[in-house]
This record gives sequence, structure tokens and C-alpha cells, in this order.
Amino acid sequence: MSRRLRTGGRLIDRSKPIEFTFDGRILRGYIGDTLASALLADGQIVMGRSFKYHRPRSVVGSGPEEPNALMQIGEGAHFEPNQRATMQPLYDGLVAHSQNAWPSLAFDVGRINDFGSRFLPAGFYYKTFIHPRAFWKHVFEPVIRRAAGLGAAPTEADGDRYEHQYAFCDTLIVGGGIAGLTAALGSAKTGERVILVEQGATWGGRAVVDGATIDGKTAADWVKNAIEELEKKDNVTMINRCEGSGVYDHGYVLCTENLTGHLAAKTGPRERLWRIRVGRVITATGAIERPLSFAGNDVPGVMLASALRDYVVNHGVSMGERTVVVTNNDDAYRTAKVLIEAGLRVPAIIDTRQAVDSTMVKEIKALGVSVHTGRAIAKVHGNAKVTAVSICLQSGDGTVLQEIRCDAVAMSGGWSPVVHLWSHCGGKLWWDEERAMFRPDPDQPPRGADGKGFVITAGMASGALTTAEVLDDAAEAAGIDAPPCESSPEAPILPVWMMPEGADHALRSKMWLDYQNDVKVSDVRLAAQEGFESVEHAKRYTTLGMATDQGKLSNINGLAILAERLDATIPQVGTTTFRPPYTPTTIGTLAGEARGAIFQPLRRTPIHDWNEAHGAFWEPVGQWRRAYCFPQGSETHAEAVSREVKNTRQSLGMLDASTLGKLIVRGPDAGRLMDMLYTNMMSTLKPGRCRYGLMCDENGFLIDDGVVARIDDQTWLCHTTTGGADRIHGWIEDWLQCEWWDWKVHVVNVTEQFAQIAVVGPNARKVLEKLGGMDVSAEALPFMAWTDGRLGDFAVRVFRISFSGELSYEIAVPASQGLALWTALMEAGAEFGATPYGTEALHIMRAEKGFIMIGDETDGTVIPQDLGLDWAISKKKDDYLGKRGQARSEFQKPDRWKLVGLETLDGSALEDGAYAVGEGVNDNGQAIVQGRVTSTYMSPTLDRGIAMGLVERGPDRMGEVIRFTRIGQSPVEARIVDPVFFDREGEKSNV
Amino acid sequence: MLLLTCPNCGLSVEETELAPGGQAHLKRFGPESTDEQFEEYMFLRDNAKGVHFERWRHAYGCGKWFFAARDTSSLQVYGTYCAQTTEPPADILALIAKGRSA
Amino acid sequence: MSDISITVRPPVGMITLRGDMTALGKATKKVAACALPPMRMSTASDTGRLMWMSPDELMLVCDHSDADRLVADMTQVLGTAFTTVINVSDARQIFDIKGIDTENLLSKLMPVNFDTFAETEVRRTRMAQIPAAIWREGDRWRVMCFRSVALYAEDVLRNAMPVGA
Repeated sequence: MSRRLRTGGRLIDRSKPIEFTFDGRILRGYIGDTLASALLADGQIVMGRSFKYHRPRSVVGSGPEEPNALMQIGEGAHFEPNQRATMQPLYDGLVAHSQNAWPSLAFDVGRINDFGSRFLPAGFYYKTFIHPRAFWKHVFEPVIRRAAGLGAAPTEADGDRYEHQYAFCDTLIVGGGIAGLTAALGSAKTGERVILVEQGATWGGRAVVDGATIDGKTAADWVKNAIEELEKKDNVTMINRCEGSGVYDHGYVLCTENLTGHLAAKTGPRERLWRIRVGRVITATGAIERPLSFAGNDVPGVMLASALRDYVVNHGVSMGERTVVVTNNDDAYRTAKVLIEAGLRVPAIIDTRQAVDSTMVKEIKALGVSVHTGRAIAKVHGNAKVTAVSICLQSGDGTVLQEIRCDAVAMSGGWSPVVHLWSHCGGKLWWDEERAMFRPDPDQPPRGADGKGFVITAGMASGALTTAEVLDDAAEAAGIDAPPCESSPEAPILPVWMMPEGADHALRSKMWLDYQNDVKVSDVRLAAQEGFESVEHAKRYTTLGMATDQGKLSNINGLAILAERLDATIPQVGTTTFRPPYTPTTIGTLAGEARGAIFQPLRRTPIHDWNEAHGAFWEPVGQWRRAYCFPQGSETHAEAVSREVKNTRQSLGMLDASTLGKLIVRGPDAGRLMDMLYTNMMSTLKPGRCRYGLMCDENGFLIDDGVVARIDDQTWLCHTTTGGADRIHGWIEDWLQCEWWDWKVHVVNVTEQFAQIAVVGPNARKVLEKLGGMDVSAEALPFMAWTDGRLGDFAVRVFRISFSGELSYEIAVPASQGLALWTALMEAGAEFGATPYGTEALHIMRAEKGFIMIGDETDGTVIPQDLGLDWAISKKKDDYLGKRGQARSEFQKPDRWKLVGLETLDGSALEDGAYAVGEGVNDNGQAIVQGRVTSTYMSPTLDRGIAMGLVERGPDRMGEVIRFTRIGQSPVEARIVDPVFFDREGEKSNV
Repeated sequence: MLLLTCPNCGLSVEETELAPGGQAHLKRFGPESTDEQFEEYMFLRDNAKGVHFERWRHAYGCGKWFFAARDTSSLQVYGTYCAQTTEPPADILALIAKGRSA
Repeated sequence: MSDISITVRPPVGMITLRGDMTALGKATKKVAACALPPMRMSTASDTGRLMWMSPDELMLVCDHSDADRLVADMTQVLGTAFTTVINVSDARQIFDIKGIDTENLLSKLMPVNFDTFAETEVRRTRMAQIPAAIWREGDRWRVMCFRSVALYAEDVLRNAMPVGA
């Protein structure tokens, strides 16, 4: 049955009918509809099933507060669960599905939970499903997960794009109703930079629906004029479909703009996250109507009074033909008026107040509507749709006085200002007894970096109720005079938190507070009875306000029930904490552009493309990509690594070492600084020479290592590890700027300036000699020396250093020439079978030589002395970073785990990270451990497994056989040996 | 998200352009120090609820370190100042005493 | 339809100068005809653009082929003063961004207030997840980042282009 009215609907365009599908059925609506209004118009009253009891639910609201009408929108890569139908604009071809119902929305077997609901009270998860313990994982949890819940998780990666946008303004106004527009007009006058955002598609807010007269014009005309005026101003930016999502420290505000949600043809980003730094925020976010708690207040057809009239006025749709209005305030009378004007019937207005004679009430009475004062709803009749209501005395126990046939109920329990944005960053609230609402306390605003308040509320968000009040409040916020407007006085609200006052348990357990999470009046009372008296505890115990709507409708009603049960006042109980975002934000929106190829920056060396073209298998090292190995043909990675090692040891290998950090340390005090940074003596290093050095933090732990070259009298070049360049640069700057600021030293990070290529192997010298241009003989350029010169066409700096134990030259050139030099070296080395090798071959060769690797042999708890590196620690220096830390007693203990080599008796490779098992067990019954593996490889050179590890008193136990764990297997035996497995005398590198 | 003014380049920048560096005005204790002194230097921090003197580096900008006097509870920033000092400057202390930001 | 274009610039010369600003300013004036720029600003001459990078650091952007000579000249003029001059021409990549409302594109990636951006300002900031510097050069914007992340920088810039560009 169509519920579309023959006339009316200011937002819909009846000349533009469009089709959409809901649960596979083709339905019709108009441009300007929301999904909710179109479904209502098509008679699709049941729009969802509740979370726990699977009760049929219809839409109760018309805005972001909607708890029931949650839909799955779109398909495939554009599928979005849990979308509020009230906020989803209708477009041609929109595909929507209901959720949390099986097998169908009309018949859901989960409803059985409802009939057994007395066995599923608040906290039942915590009381049930406890024993037997194994049942939780295998039985209870899977069943609960299937039964409860919201929409399905998408099965495909998000196909949409998102973006961020930074913005700056003096005043950000959130909310485009008459309060927001007034504030914008006022702020704009001063010439300051103003941004005005509105969550919906249209401007004007409630005033346009409710039909006020402002400045002699209808609200609609006044809004139209205001928009035109603001659009003319260069200093004002207006963004609609943009929600103020969160207010953060120091005037930082996130707004979420929906760019394509209303479009059939979607191009470009779906959402834009505005990251706005503001001078001040004016929140003109309006207010949300509260439901009333009466038995059956969740039956489809029961709706917020304001929402009901929104649908009539905005979309020409009515929930019913005969609507009973139930209220404790004057505002709901507007709904009665709108319905009657639309030709619909209002059989009764049930007003909990005893006597009301305001202008509004009189006007409705004059229309012939019967107003029942001092009355309440005892019960709503109907299952999947309201059929009637029973009426009782509000002050009684629910004894039925009368039954009234109807097919809709419009309820109003008063209004709650939307104080979320005010509260996100610490703004305080006060309870206005007279208006029965929490209002922002202007004396306790959120404070910014300067200690001054930076959020101001305007209009209904401040607690204003009539149009005149709203305009006055907004004008004051913006420092202007309010436009003239007269509102007739309204009779005060009578706070009613339960209907009727003396309802028994049976009635209370059919009064819903939180529709989405199925929390009832009886649940909150039970929580209080069981000792969950703090509002935060009661919330978590009952899950009140913890659903995706975050309790926009339920929080105040729930804490009022809690207060009543605890015999406390509402302000004594207080509110739970308001946390951003205002409504759920898609993770894609938060991620912005950081997806796919640009998820994170990828650092590439000048030789990256060559590596890729030659089959590099990539390994991430920090943000760098380094070649792990270069498999050829059908080679496995292990085979490729083995070939690379053997070829390098026997003839010639080449490594792209460009990622190594390179820091220039220069100045009259550079030597002094170097001696503080490194554990060994660097000031005595002669120009032209290199020295391996260790850096420790003040705890004494080893943090980086590398070769230092003395360039000239005042200049050193420090090589850091690949991942260490920026970190160590920052570390040195920290000491220079914050501790030794009088030292004359400059540090310049030149990592990116140079490509560095290691030419390694017995034939390395021949390759350099082939290129020619400089003397690279052992006499001219001995081991641990460096020189500047020319190789072929290249101006280079050549370091005679080796991380492999082979004859090795590391050649640095400006990055722009890196690839050309690499290619020239490969060509020159072709006759020696020049082989590019990757990081795994590098690791194996260094392990064969017993060289440590930062991050393998170190883990932030290891000092150099643990690694047998005492030779690299100066005894002559009074001080270096880490010296004091290393002197602590813990590090002097004889049973420290220290570095040794490990060889399995059977020649296999130990497992990475395996523990050395000791005798017996500790106090917790765990096996005693006496060491662990730090590096382990299959050595192609030695054709057996080799490993390094930290073992208790290791160096004193040479030759001893100990056992190491294996996953899923019995431990394996390994002998403690010297960590240098290959060429102990270093003959190969020193030729 | 915090907004701090780098005194080294004059820019007011958001937290994402900065790197935090913990408590300011620590006195370094080296090899000759006692265990108590070293413990104080390495491990003991004020963890104040109230005004805290802290280190920040303008990592995505001029690269320089600076110090900030910030209330850890209200997040009010009384001022930022140059890192080449061993104690908070008098003008910052005066602002803190008055509860006013620079 | 947007008319924004993003161009990867060919290599340019870049020289890092560290030390006392007054001394550096005298040297740059003499060698490159660029006066010492005020804090965060830049000065330009036929030789290049001299940019304020930090209280003790300047960067001279010049022709790639001039860099070595300028470093040598500058080093000689500075003599024994405690200063450091290094050719870092290959460490960074520069992009040209030109078109209507380019600031809007940049503001999707950088927390920068373009309303208060001075004509000769050089802003060192964050572009998406990398450090970057931006300044105006005539009718266009220049974006500078480290060489190793140049492809990432180009990708995020192009990704931020308006639909239809």
C-alpha cells in the first residue's frame, strides 16, 4: 500500500520518478527522497530486525540518530553495511538490502530470542556460556556471532577512493539550520575566514519544516536569502553533505564530506575527510527528540513526532492514516497540525501533563483533536505494525482506561541538544531541570592551546527551543543582532521517563530504551540492582548506547531510569563520555589516499629499476626495497642465494649498497663528537683511513654500527645501517642541539646524494682496473683505506672495506650516475661472471665471517660486550654515550648470554630464534633456557648449517654440545664454536 | 591534535609535523655518576599532571629541537622556547604563574 | 575538467650551506648574487634561488652544472669560518605544479595554510607521509622531496588531481 500523499513533499521532485531495489524487489521513489522515505512510501514498514531479539523494526527517526533502519547499500567492491536509510539519498538504480534477518526480513527465526527474552536479560553474556570452557570458542561464540550483529562484512576490497583535505579558518560553523546560517552571516561580516558545514543536502534545518516566520518572511524564504547572501562572500566556504565528526585538542576539527553517496554515476573520491584547524567552532548542531518509554514503543509505526512530520512535509509520506500523538511537551502538537493539514487523522493526543493551555495546544484543540491530559500509553498493540494503543493514567500502574485504534504513534519525550561536538574536547554540561535537558555550560568550554574556550554553541544546540530563542542565541554567538522573530510561548515540558509512572516489571520489560542494542527499562534497573551504579558501568553492562548510533536516542532516557532506580538526581548520575566521531566513519575515509601503491612511501635506490628488470625478489628494509636475491630461470630463492654466495666467493659479486646511511660530521669539534658517539676512538683515525665503529644509547645498548671514514682534518663520514640513517641523524642532532650546543660541528645527511656499489670477490680489483683511471692496488689502496679518484668516466670515492670477508671495494658516486656506474661495472665484470647479489647472500657471507648484524644479534637489550666486541670499545676514553650504562652491575654478571658460533652435529640449520634448552624447569613449570639463536643460515661455502647465538657464559663453553628447540620436533644438538666460520685470519679480504 | 609554534622557524604546526622527545631539562650523568644519579637521569621522569616541560623536534620542518611548557591536563601551552637552555626561561615561568599563554 | 599539470623537473643543482647566517649570506651574495633571505623566505638571482631552511641552514638551488663550481667558490670565500658547504644536487627531486587552484590540490596532501603563504616563502612540511618543501616560482608551485621517494611523491600528487584532469 502506498503511503505517498497526493500532495506535498518540499524536497521531492514528483516529475523525476526513479527506481531502486530493496531485497531484490524493484521499488519506486523520487529524486529528493531518502531511502527511508522511499521505503515508507512503498509501504515497506519493517526495515530491519533488532540486534538481540530480532524484533521487527521500522524507522523511528529522520536523521543521523536513526537506530533501526540500517541497510546494506551497494554491491561488490562498493558494498557498505550499516548505512542509515534516513541519511541515504535515493538515486536511480540504488541497491539496498536489509540486514540481521534470516531467512528474510518478514520472517526471521532469530525472533525466537524475543519470546525467550526473559532468559536473555542484561549481562546474560557474562552469566551464561561460562562452562564448559571449551564450549565458548567452538559452540557459544560462533552461534552468538551468527545470531547477533549488524550488516555483513564486505567480501571485496573497497573499490572507492577517498581523500583528505586540510583547511584553516577563523570560524567553523557546524550545522546549516537557521542558527548556523545566522552565525555564518554574523561571522562573515567581520571579514574573517568562515567555513560552514551541513550534514544534509539542504539548508535550513527544522525551521523550514516547522514553518516559522523570520524577519517577516517564511523560514524557507529567509533561508534562501541567507544562502544567497553567504554565497556572494569570498571569505565564506559552504559545504553541504558534510558532517562535523569530531572536535579535537587545540582547535582541530574533522569533518566528513560525502561526495558521491547521492549520485547514480559515481566518479572521483567517495568521501573527503576535512582536517580543519580553526580559531573557534560554532556548533549549531540542533537537538534530537527523545522517545518515550512505554510498553511496545518499538512496534513498527511508533515514530518520533518530529520525524513523522519531517516525512510528511519533506517527502509527502506518512507512516499512517490514523496517528496517535503521545507527548510531554508542546512541540509534538506541531505534528498533529501537519497531519491534519495533510488530510490525515489524529484520533487522540495523549499528553502526560495535567493541564495545558498554551497557544499551540489551543490551536490544535480548535481543530477538533481530542487531547487526553494526564494520560499515558499503557501498551501498543500490534506485531509487525501498530494496530491500536491502550490508554491509562500517567500516575497509575497501567490500568487500561480506553483503547484507541490507530496505525501510527508519534511520540515526543522532549528534546536533547546535540552537545557531542561541544563535549568531545572537554566542554561541560549542566542539567536544566525546567527544560529537562543537558545543556552546554558556557563557563566551562573546551579550551585551546591558549587556555581560552574555542567552542561556542548556537541555537538548539545551546538548549534554545523556540525559533526566537534559537535566533537570539545564534546571533549572540556571532556578535550580531538577531533577525526579528516572534514565537508564542510554549507550556513547559513535564519530564516523564517511564509511562505510566507505576509500570510493573512486565510492562518495563517491553519498554525499549536502546532500540539498536535491544536494551529495555528493565535491563537498566537490573544493572542498578546488581550494583552497576556508575553510569559508565551500567552502560557497559547493559550495552546501552554502545551500538552504532552511540545512544543518540537512548542515553538521556537510560540515565534517567538509572537515576530513578538509584534515588539520585540526573546530574548526579551524569552522562557517559561523548567521543568522536559523531556518526561512524568509514575506515577508507580515515586512510585517505594511503592505499594500494601509495599505502606508504617506498624508497628506491638509483639502481632500483635495474634490479627489478633483472628479476630481483624484493625484501622490505624499513621503507626501502632491497633485492633479497636474483633468481634465474626456475631457480628457487635458496638456489639463487647459494649461487650468488659461491660466485662472489669464487670470482665476483656486486651489491647495491646505496641504502646505507651516510652522514657527514664536520667542524672543529667533530673529533670530540665522534668520540662521544662511537664506543671506539674515532678522533685518532687518520685521513684516508676507515674504521669500524659501534654506537650505543645511554643505556649502553648497541643501536647501530658501520664504517667511519676520516675525510680530512675536520670531516668524518659515518656509514649507518640501512634502517638507521634518519634515526641516527636525528640522534646526533639531538645531542648537538640539546646537550653540546656550544660544540662547533655540523651534521649533514648525504644518504640520498650518493649511490654506493660494492664490488666483491677475488676478481674485484681486476674489474676496477679494467675501468681504469686510478690505482687500486693493495699498496695504493690497502684494506680499510679510501680515496677519491676517477674510475673510467666517473668521479668516485672508493672505500676498501668488506662486509663479506672478500676483497671488496665500495664505490660511491652521485646518485644520478649510480645506474651508469653499475652498468659499466657489470660490463667490465662480465668476463669474471659478475653476479648481482641480494641481501640474503650479504647476510650469509657476513655470518660466515662472524660479523654481527644490528637487529639480528642486537634487540635493544644487548651491549657490545655481550657480542665479544670489547676490541671496539676504547678503554682510554673518559666518556662516550653508553659508557655509564654499560658499567651497571647487571652487565658485569658472569652468566650474561654472550655471542658464540653454533654448529649442529648433524649439519642442519638451526631454526631462527630457537632457544637453547637447559636442565629442569622454572617456578612456572617452563623449561629453563640458556640461550637463543640470533642468526642462522645454510652456508653454501661450508655446505652446512651455521649459526650465531647468545648463550649463557657462551665463550667459556667452547666445544660444549647443547640442545636447541625445534617447532614440532625434538630438540637438536649443536656445538658451541667460534663465531668466525670462514677465513679466520682474514687473508681473503686483505690482499 | 596539538598545535605548537616552533621558535626556530616561527611556524605554528600540527603534531604530525613534529616528533616528541620526552621531558626537557634532564641533566646528563656520565661515567663518574653514582647509581642514584644515573637512575634519575635515565629512568625517573616527572609525569606531571599540570605544567610539563617537554622536548619536540620540528621533524618535518626546520629539523630543530625546541621545548614547550604545556599543561598535560588542560593541554594549555604556556609557550615554546629554544632548546639551548638548561632551565625554563623567566618569561615562560612568569606566564605560567599568571596562567596565561604566550 | 582541470588544467593542472605535474612535471618532473630535470636535475638541478642544490647546495646545502650550514653555519652562521651572516657569514653565509655574505658568501651567497658575492658568489651567487643572492642576499640572505629572512626566516622561511627565499631570494633569487640569475644564478638561482637561495632558500632559508633552518636557523643555521640555507639551500641554493641552481643549474646542475654550476653546483660544483659554486661550492668551490663559496668554500673559498668562507675561508676558515665554521661553515659547511656541500653539493647535494642528487639527493632531491623537484616537481613543477601548474594550473588553476593548484593550492587546492596541494592542500589535500599538506597541512599548510595557503591563505597566509608569503610570496617568497619556502615551506618545509609533510606531503602525505614524506618530508617535502614547497615554494612559488613565477606562475607555478615547486615541490621538493628526497630522491628515493620521488616516485611516491609523483604518485600521491597525481592521485590528488581532480577528477577529469
